[in-house]
Amino acid sequence: MKRFEYARAGSPSDAVRRFRPGTMYLGGGTNLVDLMRLGVAEPDLLVDVSRLPLDVIEPVGDRLRVGAAVRNTDLAADPLVRTRYAMLARAVLDGASGQVRNMATVAGNLLQRTRCAYFQDVSRPCNKRRPGSGCPAIEGDHGNLAVLGASDACVATHPSDMAVALAALDAEVHVTGPGGDRIIPMPGLHRLPGDEPERDTVLEPGDLITAVELPAPPPGASTYRKVRERASFAFALVSIAASLDVGSDGVVSGCRIALGSVAHVPWRAERAERLLIGGPATGAAFLEAAEAELDQARPLPRNAYKLPLARNLIVATLEELAP
Amino acid sequence: MNRVEGRVKVTGLATYAAEYPVEAVAYAYPVQSLVAKGRIVRVHDAEAREMPGVLAVLSCEDPPRLAEDADAELALFQSRDVAYRGQIVAAVVAGTYENARAAAAAVRVEYDPDDHDVALRSDHPGFYRPDVVNPDYPSDTVKGDVEAGLAGAAASVDVTYSTPVLHNNPMEPHAAVAVWDPEGRLLVYDSTQGASPDRDTIAQTFGLPREDVRVVSRHVGGGFGAKGSTRPHAVLAALAARAAGRPVKIALTRQQMFDVTGYRTPTIQRLRLGADAGGRLTAVEHVAYEQSSTLVEFAEQTATPARVMYATPALRTAHRLVRLDVATPSWMRAPGECPGMYALESAMDELACALGMDPVELRVVNDADAEPEGGLPFSSRNLVMCLREGARRFGWRHRDPEPGVRREGEWLVGTGVAASTYPARRRPARAFAFVRDGDYVVQVAAADIGTGARTALVRIAADALGVPPDQVHVELGDSDLPEAPVAGGSMGTASWGSAVVRACEELKRGDGKEGRADTTDEVGNDARLARHAFGAQFAEVRVSSVTGEVRVPRLLGVFAAGRIVDPQLARSQFIGGMTMGLGMALMEETLTDEEFGGFLRRDLAQYHVPACADVPHVEAVWLDEQDGELNPMGSKGIGEIGIVGTAAAIGNAVHHATGHRVRDLPLTPVKILSRF
Repeated sequence: MKRFEYARAGSPSDAVRRFRPGTMYLGGGTNLVDLMRLGVAEPDLLVDVSRLPLDVIEPVGDRLRVGAAVRNTDLAADPLVRTRYAMLARAVLDGASGQVRNMATVAGNLLQRTRCAYFQDVSRPCNKRRPGSGCPAIEGDHGNLAVLGASDACVATHPSDMAVALAALDAEVHVTGPGGDRIIPMPGLHRLPGDEPERDTVLEPGDLITAVELPAPPPGASTYRKVRERASFAFALVSIAASLDVGSDGVVSGCRIALGSVAHVPWRAERAERLLIGGPATGAAFLEAAEAELDQARPLPRNAYKLPLARNLIVATLEELAP
Repeated sequence: MNRVEGRVKVTGLATYAAEYPVEAVAYAYPVQSLVAKGRIVRVHDAEAREMPGVLAVLSCEDPPRLAEDADAELALFQSRDVAYRGQIVAAVVAGTYENARAAAAAVRVEYDPDDHDVALRSDHPGFYRPDVVNPDYPSDTVKGDVEAGLAGAAASVDVTYSTPVLHNNPMEPHAAVAVWDPEGRLLVYDSTQGASPDRDTIAQTFGLPREDVRVVSRHVGGGFGAKGSTRPHAVLAALAARAAGRPVKIALTRQQMFDVTGYRTPTIQRLRLGADAGGRLTAVEHVAYEQSSTLVEFAEQTATPARVMYATPALRTAHRLVRLDVATPSWMRAPGECPGMYALESAMDELACALGMDPVELRVVNDADAEPEGGLPFSSRNLVMCLREGARRFGWRHRDPEPGVRREGEWLVGTGVAASTYPARRRPARAFAFVRDGDYVVQVAAADIGTGARTALVRIAADALGVPPDQVHVELGDSDLPEAPVAGGSMGTASWGSAVVRACEELKRGDGKEGRADTTDEVGNDARLARHAFGAQFAEVRVSSVTGEVRVPRLLGVFAAGRIVDPQLARSQFIGGMTMGLGMALMEETLTDEEFGGFLRRDLAQYHVPACADVPHVEAVWLDEQDGELNPMGSKGIGEIGIVGTAAAIGNAVHHATGHRVRDLPLTPVKILSRF
């Protein structure tokens, strides 16, 4: 393990001021500390932002502002989150274990790295960890890697559950940094790997997430569902966050679908949403929309199962949400 | 009984191998091979030697002295040949763990790599018949005419099952602290399942008389076989301590454990069964294909359960092994019985379906009154009672045999049954019992790897002495105590307990102050009988037709394992085994990296074992089995039978739920979904 320094930030601007190349912000550490133990992350300086006063959940008009340092457990237990954004509470509770959720923060959850086996093993090549070294996953173990939006350089998936719900909720990520403050709408925080798989997000060096703001929840029914071979404490094979609003005439007036563990980003199924809105809320329509969305997929031999799985999941979830 | 060491464990006071406070201890960190096959051209360690705190670098450039007959997996740095990716090829010793690790990362090993071959496949040209399989069974057996039996059968199955590489993954990583004294005697605090055999192996590896080696291992955080034989970390700690002139500690990382602490071979198993119209078997053939390393031959006894289970006029069992560029497989949770019974008991279910017969009844009509291979009478065999009692408790008679017809929403529901078996053996051991301050102390170099062995021995000694358990203190986990065999093969309690009872009897017979026992003669004179525990496991599964997820709301095991020494400890052993069986059925799998060699998914986030949510209702019960041909306790080992048959029961239930037979473990959503 490489020698590193540790500093505790006094404020968000203090954290940004301390940032220099080789610095990483430390939240709950549930992923970063593991990656340091593995030699995957080798920061010179850790700036601890977990104790900044960014741990508040507060209503702002009809919106809800969630501080970046709010622990996953507190987010899932918040009465407003549970009642107005049940999809989000479910997603958070489907992630990790109770102990990990007690530590993990909102910003850290968004910025966690892929669990691709090659990325986590410094003795093997990985374009995300060592650009240009190659991607052995494409020929090797890609059983739980991306089927949508992957590139020849990287087929990693983003492992978060919470981010999938945030993508479906049109959440906004509030960022401060050397270039000032800005707001990044989800799912735009994460980026597809392209030929720069080392970049997970659109954040610039020194950028610090300060909050996530949730707009008023979408009308209609919503849910989150995660598929995994172990009943708890496992990353998703595929997950879905969805909402569906159907008018009294049986016509879909609103629909949001985001998929997890299928891409380098929480995947908003915009094609499917567009097809559904204004059409009938029937099983046939759900199936058509799901297949249209998954038409863009480029599966590999050992992850092709994700296509029927995602299709089934979209259809079953929308059928459950339909009145 | 509550565990006598429960309080020190939950308060953190129990000392595990890595925790012994040793003055001036240094740390070793291994360098592992990055190629799966080849030759080391040069170990470049100049940079590492200059790094802070570095005391020594070990490698084949200056091979440390070891005995020439050392086991090839333990003969560290003696050869320039690399046998598998992850093999320990060098090590750095430094004053701190961090410095040792940093310097290890700076050691550059130059290889002359060869093409490697790491994948087990059924058409591999390298298969051969090993002379014996673990521990010393014949590789092949033939009785009667299998082809004739199959040809004359009313129904038959010819099916192939496969199981993946599996890793033991005890909670406590393998660790050792090695201390040499000025006279050249070696003390090793090791995480081991047997202080006496570990001491013997270490002494042999270093060419030392065994009196000069002591192994201390008072608490062990799980082993499951991975700590049953001496692992390279213990040898490395001793080599490093000798090189550094200081005590040295090593604690493997979880990833390193995947590489150098053994694993269960993957298996490919072909089963051919035939039966007459009444379900009586006319032929059984079980052939297992497995791997070992190029270093050491380890042949898992996968096809041996068929030699025990069912009466048949024609029986053939065989093992074929191929030597690959992989680490040597080793013991893991019921080696042989566990993967073998998965295949045999799945095939029996298929045969029941082919016959249109109830799978419980099929097993009942084929019950054997003597061991099918060899014909030895059983000391006791209550498989049928286990099946009957399990069927009664599980509500089996209400079962509709039709597969794929029970649906609750998207969930398909099914039930399955399988039998369990495990040998009931014992080995010679010694024990010493004496009076101290009015209480009784019993010494035996047994191991408590989390099984409750210490507590069971307290109870056994208290019974033998006729005193309350709180007047008995058991000392174990130290090779300076009376010699005892490994905690393995489900024979720990039977072996140690025999010696403890005899020592206590000796104490009572003599002056009442002390008694010694050595059961070598007693065990050697055991009558020639087939001694096995049996059981029956019943599973209910729910399979999502949307996602292919399999959940197991209910598992029931009924066991006949002689006299149960302690119900509370026994229940933990049984349900622990069944939980591991569920892991094998649904999730446990290590991937072999065909491109680079070695293993992938080397941590507990990727290698899944069951979480609490996976085992909402696991129930174990046992029959009151009397067997006077076992040992003074009348007990059969219960450490491993719990895992035997679980995976088959779950797989059979998945077939009953879905109508689809998946013959390749684990039964993941990927495999299930492809059938819908």
